[in-house]
Amino acid sequence: MAFNIQQAETDVAGAVGAAPAEGAAKKIEGRSPWRLAWERLRRDRAAMVSLGVIVFIVLVAIFAPVIAAIVGHGPNQQFRGPNPPLGLVIGQLGIPKPVGPSASFWFGADDQGRDIFIRVIYGARISLIVGVAATAVTVAGGLVIGLAAGYFGGIVDSLLARFMDWLLAVPFYLFAISLVSVVLVHPIGPIGPGLPVVIIVLGFFGWAAVGRIVRGQVLSIREKEYIEAARALGAKPWRIMFVDILPNLLAPLIVYATLLIPLNIVGEASLSFLGVGIQDPTADWGKMIADSSSLFEYGPWWYLVFPSLALLLTTLAFNIFGDGVRDAFDPRGGPFV
Amino acid sequence: MTRFLIRRIAQGIFVMWLMTVTVYLIFFVGPGPSSVARVLAGRNATPKTIAEVAARLHLNEPWYKQYGNFIWSLLHGNLGYDYYHGQSVNSIIAQAFPITLSLVLGASVLWLALGVFTGVVSAVKTRSAWDRSFTGLALFFYSMPSFVLGLLLILLLYYDLTKAGINVFPAPGAGSWVGITQNPLQWAHVLILPWITLALVSAATYTRLTRGSMLDVFGEDFIRTARAKGMSENRVIFRHNLRAAMTPIVTQFGLDVGVLIGGAIITETVFSLPGLGYTAVTAITQQDLPVVIGVTIVASAGVIIANLLVDILYAVIDPRVRVN
Repeated sequence: MAFNIQQAETDVAGAVGAAPAEGAAKKIEGRSPWRLAWERLRRDRAAMVSLGVIVFIVLVAIFAPVIAAIVGHGPNQQFRGPNPPLGLVIGQLGIPKPVGPSASFWFGADDQGRDIFIRVIYGARISLIVGVAATAVTVAGGLVIGLAAGYFGGIVDSLLARFMDWLLAVPFYLFAISLVSVVLVHPIGPIGPGLPVVIIVLGFFGWAAVGRIVRGQVLSIREKEYIEAARALGAKPWRIMFVDILPNLLAPLIVYATLLIPLNIVGEASLSFLGVGIQDPTADWGKMIADSSSLFEYGPWWYLVFPSLALLLTTLAFNIFGDGVRDAFDPRGGPFV
Repeated sequence: MTRFLIRRIAQGIFVMWLMTVTVYLIFFVGPGPSSVARVLAGRNATPKTIAEVAARLHLNEPWYKQYGNFIWSLLHGNLGYDYYHGQSVNSIIAQAFPITLSLVLGASVLWLALGVFTGVVSAVKTRSAWDRSFTGLALFFYSMPSFVLGLLLILLLYYDLTKAGINVFPAPGAGSWVGITQNPLQWAHVLILPWITLALVSAATYTRLTRGSMLDVFGEDFIRTARAKGMSENRVIFRHNLRAAMTPIVTQFGLDVGVLIGGAIITETVFSLPGLGYTAVTAITQQDLPVVIGVTIVASAGVIIANLLVDILYAVIDPRVRVN
């Protein structure tokens, strides 16, 4: 990564016609596009606040077991039976009823007497893992295929472009639930339902959008003189693609990746909400929200509200931060991505 | 134009064909050769039904005959037979489709009006308090998953209000659906919360899109020319700017409606509206795969046709598209 960024600096400097002299001066000149973006981002108060929120959520996710140990409740521990503190109390007609927010259950308990606070902080782990992993798969896949399509052109491009058209026309949720429904009946190798399938499904259906952007950019970059020069010097296609072209794509890719993370987090939560994502008993926001909807009649609002707030806070923070990153790289607010 | 049309329609047919291959791979190859018939016959199927399914779908014959049979039925408009309910998939989809259509068309009018209005205000009064609140709200609803909004609305507007004795909003549930021809008022009553949910979540994209697109157009030379001619600002905004800025909005609208026509899965699930999406989701929990196959095919066709219409509309508006 460090190498690529270095390369991008020289390439960008070369492209805009800046003539860096030598030594230290060159280094400062070359760093400027990235440093400028960072400085713009740092002045964006909303983006910085949301970055703080993101860091907070990440820390909570990392230290979830520590917090659980301090509180003394496990994520899957059911508090029912004779010993206090009880998550379930006997309500009207002798039906067990989850307790609301209290000193021992900050966010209340669910219908199985589990601590919702602990499950919400454990749920952050799933959301963040899927958000980041699915985005990584999406960006990597879209990058490689978009580079190949844009650079080679011709028949390779036509085939890959048609394939991307097809993927973008796929009704995502239907195909995702179809795939998972088949996997539920008949696991394909080690891929059973749960975390891996969610990441694969989100990545597989997501990369085409990145691929199309990368392809478009590559189509214009490959006509530049320095690419012609590289080719004249005898550089192999893979070298031109990954060493000469790729660094120019880093800025739009970073912007796109930041905005993809919240989309993938919502995608994961939605799949789990539909019952084809993360399976019980793993704590997951989408699953908790789905489970809460069958309990409205008892009136436990906390079961819906706390996981929803956690999900909303996370996506909102990532979206505000993503907007900030986009503005930082492209202050004109033009059609950058 | 004719050449463009032919090429574009051929592309659409090709992508549709890819879809049928995908569906075939997922459902007829994915479960493994020994279990296809069992999976398609549904849960609790007797060995007799399973054998019947295998014979009917030519499952004991080579793959090209199976696939040929599958696509031949599709070409005849036959989406298969649902062994779980003992009903043709066509009739199940025919029941569900009007519900999805009502939901999506109603919501789309709302979100288009809401999104474009707030977008125009934000673009014209950039950096004003209106702009700030509209863009802030748009970001808020853009980040809001539709099931969260839907469930919160049900909790607050149905359960809590009903408990407080105010009985305005209907109970969510598959039983409450009423067709528009039967009772238009009750039809709208049942759909009001789903409409609001879908519209608020979708409108956010349109606010952002309209604002961005109009701000881009404000920088164009023809806007300066129009102003220099002494044209009224309203005319500049609506006749010149909004019209030029409409293209990305029309595209987005076509694609969104295309996707949702195949089943507004999450909204329908939240409100238990038995449209295409809800039907598919319940079919999956019942492991009733023929229905899932049927809905998937219909939904794919919806997206492809919407894409096609958007492209054709584009070509009509902008002649440059036809050449490229």
